[in-house]
Amino acid sequence: MAEIRNYTLNFGPQHPSAHGVLRLILELDGEVVERADPHVGLLHRGTEKLAETRTFIQSVPYMDRLDYVSMMCNEHAYVMAIENLMGVKVPERAQYIRVMFDEITRILNHLLWIGAHALDIGAMTVFLYAFREREDLMDCYEAVSGARMHAAYYRPGGVYRDLPDSMPQYEVSKLKNADAIRKLNENRQGSLLDFIEDFTNRFPKCVDDYETLLSDNRIWKQRTVDIGIVTPERALSLGMTGPMLRGSGIAWDLRKKQPYEVYDRLDFDIPVGTNGDCYDRYLVRVEEMRQSNRIVKQCVDWLRKNPGPVIVDDHKVAPPSRLDMKTNMEELIHHFKLFSEGMHVPAGETYAAVEHPKGEFGIYMVTDGANKPYRLKIRAPGFSHLAALDEMARGHMIADVVAIIGTQDIVFGEIDR
Amino acid sequence: MSQNNSRLLETLQSVLGDFLVNHFVQADQLTIVVKAASLKAAMTGLRDHQQLKFDQCIDVCGVDYSAYADGAWDGSRFAVVYQLLSVELNQRVRVRVFCENDDIPSVDSLIDVWSSVNWFEREAFDLYGIVFLGHPDLRRILTDYGFVGHPFRKDFPVSGNVEMRYDEELKRVVYQPVTIEPRENTPRIIREEGYGG
Repeated sequence: MAEIRNYTLNFGPQHPSAHGVLRLILELDGEVVERADPHVGLLHRGTEKLAETRTFIQSVPYMDRLDYVSMMCNEHAYVMAIENLMGVKVPERAQYIRVMFDEITRILNHLLWIGAHALDIGAMTVFLYAFREREDLMDCYEAVSGARMHAAYYRPGGVYRDLPDSMPQYEVSKLKNADAIRKLNENRQGSLLDFIEDFTNRFPKCVDDYETLLSDNRIWKQRTVDIGIVTPERALSLGMTGPMLRGSGIAWDLRKKQPYEVYDRLDFDIPVGTNGDCYDRYLVRVEEMRQSNRIVKQCVDWLRKNPGPVIVDDHKVAPPSRLDMKTNMEELIHHFKLFSEGMHVPAGETYAAVEHPKGEFGIYMVTDGANKPYRLKIRAPGFSHLAALDEMARGHMIADVVAIIGTQDIVFGEIDR
Repeated sequence: MSQNNSRLLETLQSVLGDFLVNHFVQADQLTIVVKAASLKAAMTGLRDHQQLKFDQCIDVCGVDYSAYADGAWDGSRFAVVYQLLSVELNQRVRVRVFCENDDIPSVDSLIDVWSSVNWFEREAFDLYGIVFLGHPDLRRILTDYGFVGHPFRKDFPVSGNVEMRYDEELKRVVYQPVTIEPRENTPRIIREEGYGG
């Protein structure tokens, strides 16, 4: 008789469905997973330690590089922590701009997630569709900050600049003639707000397209329904947040329950799943894209009607305008001190959390009155989710592990920090 | 978010009694300090009491206070900070516990109270060397296999101690002492109260 023994399989770190650098040690009984042991840390850069040696403003760009598919939401939690400690009141227009870009970021994140998740378990087309829409949203990033991804746009006290009046245009090249370029530039003739509004009008139709490809697709359902079920009790104990918690049927969303910025003035709904399987989490995230689109629309309306300052007028926190800096000695000193020594945050500690596309993203900051944080702890939602992988994957097939990694929306920038 | 911290504190005081050493409120957030010896009992109380119901442990992190306020700190060196959230009652609290021994810092593991602390405790062990007694699988998590030291301690240099390169002669990767020095571009300064108007 043949000897029967368990197999130990090394999965990743160089595997396309490992979403970066996940190394999994799988103990298998035949094709059934008995134990999954994720080895993380291959992307550990010591962001928290680095932040202790940088001034408060210098660390803003580090935040973009944590969860590198939802950049501005990371910055948001970080600047909120500083504002909490300093007691800074952010101008209303800046709050609306932040909310609008948080939601744009949420759509960006979910588009990447839906594309990558579908690609992992065998549907190619969605990826191409999703990246088409991501392109437009990254153009919005570029218009406000100059960078398509790592924006460093949110600053303590507001946002760095007001929204631009014009959009960058495509130019004629060897590949595209004048006619094609005119077509591409058609919706870029007005301001950034016009461009975003045009996007919000187009986008629900795009989500319908993704749903046509997936929601009733027999293969998609066979790969996701009843895979990786998490009961509400376990989801709470495992520290799950965001769509992972809502997929299990708990209506918890920081934007509703502990509203920050102007979320309490906006009209949107929180989708909730029932079974807690991969398919429910898929439905939750798809609906979140539609709801985010609604929020963006409301923000565009408000921002059109209400011009105003976008960063506080306290030059111990935010830089003075260029004109003031060049003509006024006092402001020149402020500018110099702010960008060399940096701001001083009062001693104390705070925890600021935002509803990040992946869950609760929090910054715990301890300060001792210096121009640098004493301790910065980044609470990354993906860290808790990946810790639950072992429990979720037990008893499933190897192929289902891929579906579970996909549904957790894993990004290693935030997990390894 | 604003929550009723005074009401919450009263409940905490009645539930924890002697376990509660100290408390602070800053920026509308409540922090309590709990005795290390009674951590597990205190946390179980926080999870199960009808008016507390902290059903989620959102975050656990280590803190090294040895360089706090340029050496003005005179308490224990290491602390563990827990961020708790009650989804049902929509309230938060931060719990801090100081490790009694500075040389071999240790506290009880809370893995029986919340499953989510598993990796967080491994992380605090990896980065600060805080031992969580009773943790079933206390391995390093973020640093390299075979890493020496606890990198987030204040006496560990930002540049690290060893670097890795491929050795052409040995035909393998070797470790050697670092060839770079930590560089401080902006000095760390604590200004007196009311500095600069």
